[in-house]
Amino acid sequence: MGFFLETLLGGLMTGMLYSLIALGFVLIFKASGVFNFAQGSMVLFAALAMARLAEWIPPWTGISNKLLVNLFAFGIALVIMIAVAWLVERLVLGKLVNQEGVTLLMATLGVAYFLDGFGQTLFGSDIYKIDVGMPKEPVIVLDKVFEGGVLVSQEELIAALVAAALVGLLALFFQKTSTGRALRAVADDHQAAQSIGIALKHIWVIVWSVAGFVAIVAGIIWGSKLGVQFSLSLVALKALPVVILGGLTSVPGAIVGGLIIGVGEKLSEIYLGPHLGGGIEIWFAYVLALVFLLARPQGLFGEKIIDRV
Amino acid sequence: MSRRTVGDVILAVEDISLAFGGVKALNGISFDVREHEVRAIIGPNGAGKSSLLNCINGVYSPQHGRIRFRGQSFAQMNPRRAAVMGIARTFQNLALFKGMSVLDNIMTGRSLRMRCNVLLQALHIGPAQKEELEHRAAVEKIIDFLEIQAYRKTQVGRLPYGLQKRVDLGRALAMEPTLLLLDEPMAGMNLEEKQDMCRFILDVNDEFGTTIVLIEHDMGVVMDISDRVVVLDYGRKIGDGTPDDVRNDSDVIDAYLGATH
Repeated sequence: MGFFLETLLGGLMTGMLYSLIALGFVLIFKASGVFNFAQGSMVLFAALAMARLAEWIPPWTGISNKLLVNLFAFGIALVIMIAVAWLVERLVLGKLVNQEGVTLLMATLGVAYFLDGFGQTLFGSDIYKIDVGMPKEPVIVLDKVFEGGVLVSQEELIAALVAAALVGLLALFFQKTSTGRALRAVADDHQAAQSIGIALKHIWVIVWSVAGFVAIVAGIIWGSKLGVQFSLSLVALKALPVVILGGLTSVPGAIVGGLIIGVGEKLSEIYLGPHLGGGIEIWFAYVLALVFLLARPQGLFGEKIIDRV
Repeated sequence: MSRRTVGDVILAVEDISLAFGGVKALNGISFDVREHEVRAIIGPNGAGKSSLLNCINGVYSPQHGRIRFRGQSFAQMNPRRAAVMGIARTFQNLALFKGMSVLDNIMTGRSLRMRCNVLLQALHIGPAQKEELEHRAAVEKIIDFLEIQAYRKTQVGRLPYGLQKRVDLGRALAMEPTLLLLDEPMAGMNLEEKQDMCRFILDVNDEFGTTIVLIEHDMGVVMDISDRVVVLDYGRKIGDGTPDDVRNDSDVIDAYLGATH
């Protein structure tokens, strides 16, 4: 029982981290109807900026307090991501108002390649580390209840809590504010949104900035887990099945989807692995996504697709 | 016909020309709209009616001519400025926010009037709560007015066509516009739905004093509800006057029924 709980918890926490990246996809899709291929690259770019700035700030300014350095680095990284958002609107999306979704999708693919290359040119292409002082050693909880207790990684627990808080905030933003409503409106119909006086430009800059912010948080958490390197942009691939499962238009969907996949891959690895030969963790998410595409293409929480014929 | 007093000129379109490549969609069109008036633009398919509306609303930029609205003159509008100045519109091929409820769709029409910052709104505190309630009340009034109370929470994509058209009108009304542009509000409707829509248009004009410019190619409907009519054909203006004038104009009859030479 203790072992099962441990696996379950580990899965939930990994799942929350998938959700965090998936959230970036959902945000931009909800607000502009674009599937943003550059989300993974934004995570890498933000993490690179964060890692390198934290390295550069002490010699530049003489500040040596680690917390202060990290805060500064975070602030500057945020400004950089907002600048990226502004440039994306200015140079790419702004030129493509009222175009087909596929056109916008291809444009984000271009943005992805650019960010990958530019980020590494600017910040270097070695492996860097982000150290925000996350506790690394696992703790044992519930040792009164089970023999041996349950081993929990503090780092993952904190990451999961941060992700959960972020998700709550974004859900409020989308559902309760007029800006959130305007974002949803823009995603549905550019022309109609313009006609009621919603400024497309501002909306896009806002939403890409928010996605940039999510990318920094995801970049810090994943970066301090895995180290900041090119492969970080591939973590985003794990978020694809999450959004398919949860539905591209749903913030809660991104969370639940992430949790299901996190838990599912851990449990199946442990309990099915011995029978099927292991390595399930690698493909589990994609097979599940495939099943969902066949059975329920809008995902668990996505808007039902209605077609009039 | 005198439901209310027609005032001064509020919108003047002056010698507008618009071409897409070699195709001349509009050719030196001029007309004016008076305050509180119901002004119709009619013409056969492809006459340039929607293009004209899109110029007024700023979706298209005409190559030549000016648009004067409430005393200000523009070479070209843009959709946001049009909205800020009080021009609302509906669309020929519905452009609703399909994934959102009827209520939310109409609420988006209040976007420009929302003043509170995002943080207050998210937390639903202080002035934000009061503001939300005020806007909600205004939207409820529109919902009552358009008789769509029963569908408040329904996702718009699920509603039948006639009701979607009403929601489209509702969203425009939520902006409390001075000038309302209606692009074929009766297109694709059955007789009963058309009569309902006519009633709504007249009531809007009557109760709120909103100036209305509407496009239609169903002559019968237009003649009944409009004060003055502009007739377009192949991008040119071929008639302008009261419904009776227009009905008896030989150019107009030719355009609609085909000329016999």
